[in-house]
Amino acid sequence: MTLKDIVVLLEGEVLGTEVDLSRDVPCAFGSDLISDILMCTKEPTLLLTGLTNNQVIRLSDMIDVVAIIFVRGKRPLLDVIAMAEERGLPIVTTKMTLYRSSGLLYNAGLRSCKI
Amino acid sequence: MADYWNIAPGMENALKELFSRKTPAEVTLEFVIPEKDFNNAGKGSSEVKNLLKRLGVDSDVLRRIAVASYEAEINVAAHSIGGKMTSLIYEDMIHIKFEDSGPGIADINQAMIPGFSTADDLVREFGFGAGLGLPNIQKNSDALHISSEYGKPTLVEFLIFYG
Repeated sequence: MTLKDIVVLLEGEVLGTEVDLSRDVPCAFGSDLISDILMCTKEPTLLLTGLTNNQVIRLSDMIDVVAIIFVRGKRPLLDVIAMAEERGLPIVTTKMTLYRSSGLLYNAGLRSCKI
Repeated sequence: MADYWNIAPGMENALKELFSRKTPAEVTLEFVIPEKDFNNAGKGSSEVKNLLKRLGVDSDVLRRIAVASYEAEINVAAHSIGGKMTSLIYEDMIHIKFEDSGPGIADINQAMIPGFSTADDLVREFGFGAGLGLPNIQKNSDALHISSEYGKPTLVEFLIFYG
């Protein structure tokens, strides 16, 4: 599944400019707790979260995050969007909840990441 | 002071060899970690990871180093009144030390239990306080040592081999 498929499925809005949506997404993880997310060290992962602060972008320096989906209509501040752009990290916002987003992606065949 | 040690299975001999080694670190990096500075916390770990990446360290090991280091850096920012991080980079491994100015860990064994956290509301607002900081450091390191006591400074140090 590509990032473009995911944006369509979640009726998402891509934030930032010059985002590459063609990258293949092998698996996903959803959490609002940073240490939980840091358990995903084994493979490149799509992250679904309600966290919008700068530390959620900093996470992508540590582990391999393919893209971030901000759920429940959350939208990070401009400086956080700029941090993602600096890293070439695609970020997307969706009005759907974490539960609904995860369910739709799982049904479409996107598996959970290994922890 | 109470001490806690964890050595990953199979790493005992590597550690023994390390203690008898006389060569100093090839590179030493130091970062100050101010109390509750979540705009900058994590930068030290990012820089260490970038340096090791340039040195050609394998990406799986690199992620383990970055996660352990980031968790420890956040711990100092979130729980202490400030401290510093010192990274000693050798040819075949990294030794990272986190030393703060207190107030110390009352019960280290309790702090090692996944889910146990003493994080305050500000820390939790940032998405920290899962109670997985120290367990994640242990999971990703080859050797971990913690030395602390309530009312005293804390030392958290770990080793990860890549040679």
